[in-house]
Amino acid sequence: MLLSDSDLEAIWLTVKLASIVTAILLLVGTPIAWWLVRSRSWWKGPIGAVVALPLVLPPSVLGFYLLLVMGPDGPVGHLTRVLGVGPLPFTFWGLVLASVFYSLPFMVQPLQNAFEAIGDRPLEVAATLRASPLDAFFSVVLPLARPGFLTAGIMTFAHTVGEFGVVLMIGGNLPGITRVVSVQIYDHVEALEYAQAHRLAAVMLIFAFLVLLALYAWRPNAKKA
Amino acid sequence: MKYLKPLLFVFFMLLAMPAHAEKITVAAAADLKFAMDEIVTAFKKNNPTEELDVIYGSSGKFQTQIQRGAPYDLYFSADIDFPRALAKNGFAASEVKPYAFGRIVLWSASLDATKMSMASLTDPKITRIAIANPKHAPYGKRAEEALRASGLWEKLEPKLVYGENIAHTAQFVQTGNAQVGIIALSLAVNNELANRGGYWLIPDNLHKPLEQGYIITKRAESNALAKRFADYMGSKPARAVMTKYGFVLPGEVAGK
Repeated sequence: MLLSDSDLEAIWLTVKLASIVTAILLLVGTPIAWWLVRSRSWWKGPIGAVVALPLVLPPSVLGFYLLLVMGPDGPVGHLTRVLGVGPLPFTFWGLVLASVFYSLPFMVQPLQNAFEAIGDRPLEVAATLRASPLDAFFSVVLPLARPGFLTAGIMTFAHTVGEFGVVLMIGGNLPGITRVVSVQIYDHVEALEYAQAHRLAAVMLIFAFLVLLALYAWRPNAKKA
Repeated sequence: MKYLKPLLFVFFMLLAMPAHAEKITVAAAADLKFAMDEIVTAFKKNNPTEELDVIYGSSGKFQTQIQRGAPYDLYFSADIDFPRALAKNGFAASEVKPYAFGRIVLWSASLDATKMSMASLTDPKITRIAIANPKHAPYGKRAEEALRASGLWEKLEPKLVYGENIAHTAQFVQTGNAQVGIIALSLAVNNELANRGGYWLIPDNLHKPLEQGYIITKRAESNALAKRFADYMGSKPARAVMTKYGFVLPGEVAGK
């Protein structure tokens, strides 16, 4: 086998992390995106800006704040202590929480675009057919926004896989818990193990290319349909 | 076309300029952060016109970067083996000079580490212990050796978290995310860290010596400033700063 056991462990961990984060963000990001599109509230601007923050902030800033906020003296740290789960840094669920925030715009923004593209008309039609707003959302909006969901899901998954700085800052590099592929590659390079770094980096490169290929190859068909 | 000549002239002037102004970039291991800052400040006081930048990071990364042509004129490594490897491959313009021996300590921001010993790490109240990554960080390697020599490695491994370099490791402890860390003495004696909690010096018979060395790199072969700064490191004031930060200097008695 070309990849060592610890490489495989890192790959499995990364896939697990990205899958869980994508699932959580589908549940959390959908209502946020919907609200951002439909709401006329004054809060729309500030909330939209907060959602987009991770696009702009360097991972070092996010990692630094997360380390303080999730640490034993931070607000989230206090909360987790009261709940009896202990501090989140250096844990898998700490990484999940960090990634949910870090990948949030990659879920919300494609969904927002998809919802906006649907417009008011299908919803008005649904309303005249006496569909409740919730019913209309599930039977009209969701099917129409399917391409948007696919894009958002793929982008979120891929972006979580590509995460590095935040993980390095709050992960503590624990094998099987927080040592994801990007960190594993970094460690190989740092230890001058170029052969191992090459193999794992090639896996990442092929993965990234295939994801983008899927995304771009699939898009035009969606438009035709 | 008539602008071409003046443009070319300006272009070549720009090219020629850096060759005259002397400027050096020093790549220094993260454990030198506070000591080197002080040494550089003192050096600049005596040489106000000289330009000198210091970059702190992991020794292993600097080695790789220098091999790939990084613009560092001096390289102060936390592990003398790295500059030795560079010198062997022709990347050095000087001999590999040992400049200090590092020491490791137990340090805590929340507990009184002065009363600790290696055995205290088994205390169930301590759930996280930060060390630098032993895979590539010199201080991490020594931390692992000390834990193994104390017979505690197997027992403590589940509690360990790994910092990218020694400064990153200290940060895990400083933010309270790890209760204890094994960090460089040179960082623990700095005011910012010393005020937070005490440290306990790990006996140096528990680990191999942390011999640190530097080189002048090939690109600085004819750079007089690089040579002058290297000489300054051996001067009395610089040695005094190094001693203040807990480094044991070559030719002095180790231990205590």
